[in-house]
Amino acid sequence: MESVDLIYKTIYILVIFGITLLIATYSTYAERKVAAFIQDRIGPNRAGPFGLLQPLADAGKMFFKEEFIPAKSNKALFILGPGVAMLIACMSSAVIPFGDMLIIGGREVYLQAIEVNIGLLYVFGVVSLGVYGVMIGGWASNNKFSLLGAIRAASQNISYELAMGLSIIAILMMTGSLSLREIAAQQAGFNWNIWYQPLGFIIFLVCAFAETNRTPFDLPECEAELVGGYHTEYSSMKLGLFLFAEYINIFVASAVMATLYFGAYNFPFMHELGALISDDPVIANNVITILGVVVMFAKIFFFIFFFMWVRWTLPRFRFDQLMKLGWQILIPLAILNIILTGGGILLKDHFFN
Amino acid sequence: MEPLTNRSKKLAKKEMTFAEKAYLPAIAQGLGITLKHFFKKKSTIQYPEETRQRSDVWRGLHVLKRDEEGRERCTACGLCAVACPAEAITMVAGERKVGEEHLYREEKYAVTYEVNMLRCIFCGMCEEACPKAAIFLQDDKIAPARYERDEFIYGKDRLVEPLKTTETK
Amino acid sequence: MTDSLFFFLASLTLLCALMVVISKNPVHSVLFLILTFFTISGHYILLNAQFLAAVNIIVYAGAIMVLFLFVIMFLNQSQERVRTATISKFAGVTAGGLLFIVLVAALRDASVQTYDPETFDSQIGMVENLGKVLFGDYLLPFELASVLFLVAMVGAVMLGKKEEGEKHF
Ligand code: SF4
Ligand code: SF4
Repeated sequence: MESVDLIYKTIYILVIFGITLLIATYSTYAERKVAAFIQDRIGPNRAGPFGLLQPLADAGKMFFKEEFIPAKSNKALFILGPGVAMLIACMSSAVIPFGDMLIIGGREVYLQAIEVNIGLLYVFGVVSLGVYGVMIGGWASNNKFSLLGAIRAASQNISYELAMGLSIIAILMMTGSLSLREIAAQQAGFNWNIWYQPLGFIIFLVCAFAETNRTPFDLPECEAELVGGYHTEYSSMKLGLFLFAEYINIFVASAVMATLYFGAYNFPFMHELGALISDDPVIANNVITILGVVVMFAKIFFFIFFFMWVRWTLPRFRFDQLMKLGWQILIPLAILNIILTGGGILLKDHFFN
Repeated sequence: MEPLTNRSKKLAKKEMTFAEKAYLPAIAQGLGITLKHFFKKKSTIQYPEETRQRSDVWRGLHVLKRDEEGRERCTACGLCAVACPAEAITMVAGERKVGEEHLYREEKYAVTYEVNMLRCIFCGMCEEACPKAAIFLQDDKIAPARYERDEFIYGKDRLVEPLKTTETK
Repeated sequence: MTDSLFFFLASLTLLCALMVVISKNPVHSVLFLILTFFTISGHYILLNAQFLAAVNIIVYAGAIMVLFLFVIMFLNQSQERVRTATISKFAGVTAGGLLFIVLVAALRDASVQTYDPETFDSQIGMVENLGKVLFGDYLLPFELASVLFLVAMVGAVMLGKKEEGEKHF
């Protein structure tokens, strides 16, 4: 790799990392605002204009809280837990294509941190690791409620990972590629996967809720039954890291959903628009790419909003209902979806070729 | 049994329809309701800057009145304390000394007079009971939130109406 | 570069694997085992077999080890350590040593196929090639393995099923 490329990659990775953290920070603010609006309130509005400094105030508060480590806990693992959760949450945004390529000085610059031919599996693998932070933290607290929360998190994540993987397989069958850039590129214009995979999308959506431990599947931190769930014993910024990791996970899940089903950076009539703007292919391409990034983030923000919207609408499931939904409904549906997709592909090959 | 009214809803345990079992229509409906509220007018009142409109007969913080000449009206008869259902009022009576006539209207006066605002239920019975028209509940003041419990015990320093030197109301 | 990376990864793998056996706390053992899987995935990446690396992490680190951890967390870790009898320690060392000797003897005679830079295909570990091989040359074993899994799954469901009249707390 040339050194220019290396420098560019470094800058890009840092920018993506910063954006991820920024979005996660402001998700906490957005969550409170959305909750307030849905409940006919106006939410935080004292810290700065419209309460925009609220996340900073929250973080400041978190840092000044007492750092508490339970006496009989496993100290090393207790500290490791939130760190692992945060680390793994930050890892997954690396392969997401936030935009197509820019042409700067004749050089093609892809707006994606790392392009691997197994991008989707990478995301999937990182997501499946996400539960370790919760498990380690919950177990090391030496508290029964934390342990129960951790165990719930583990069983829930494993159960929903299956359905999620199966729903992704249908996408793979259609696109024939594991690379997220490839999948995004195939959905050019308005040819989004959601038109072909509505059932798969619903399954994926439900699983994404379960994987990120969001209501209605936030059983691991169910305060009505488990005090605080896996983070009962946590205080100060260690608690903050757990909560922060959840918001990063939401961001990543939204980005993956937008990429897989809603055409990533593609928007309708993008090529026509490009032709309209300028005759120079370089300028047209760059304008379209930048617009595409905006569109991508708009999609991501919509999904983040959707996560919050659902959180303040639906009550929590019971744990046996959750398991039943995962194993007895979503997995058979996902398998059905695979069969339908396969049939569809065969029919298409048969009749339209 | 015959129902008393015809308002009660008849409930029958029916087999759920497919739409109900699929759960998604109900979720969409719920999302619609929350979205409607999202754009509704907010009912928040920004408290310190704006206050909620109160009724004219609102019973708020107590005041111990003075008469036209600026003398305290209370004679420490204790009727208010007896009338108080929450036992929020305590007082110590004292005898007026010579030369204090401009301070207290009656010969006997309240040396201390305390209302515990944490106990008080703002019923206004003290106001009813007072023969000297000395204690009233104001309609424009409330006991503000504080950090310590003792700060809710209001003594004479905070209860007695300030001397009207300039105002003419 | 790749060489030193390989040696670093290899020593890390061995260290982690050793710690799995040595550490007293079973949870620590499991965590070290997870690390071992990660380093093994690192080896796969060095071999340009990214698919295997990802699948190794998803299946082993992401699912199976979570279940391991799950079960071990349920174990009541009592304060008193399990004492192993001296004779079983002795037996363990002997068996392990014998196995080691056999392994060394077997590996000493094995001729390692070196790769030929001319015909070597660096893309051999990619998903497409792997898929072609699995569903082409090795179709029968692959399908047999999947049938085996199916049988195991059916068996697990059978075992886990509630029986008539069985009480569940
Ligand atoms: S308002 Fe009612 S409760 Fe309060 S001091 Fe007067 S009599 Fe007692
Ligand atoms: S406030 Fe009125 S009722 Fe109470 S002691 Fe004074 S004069 Fe008597």
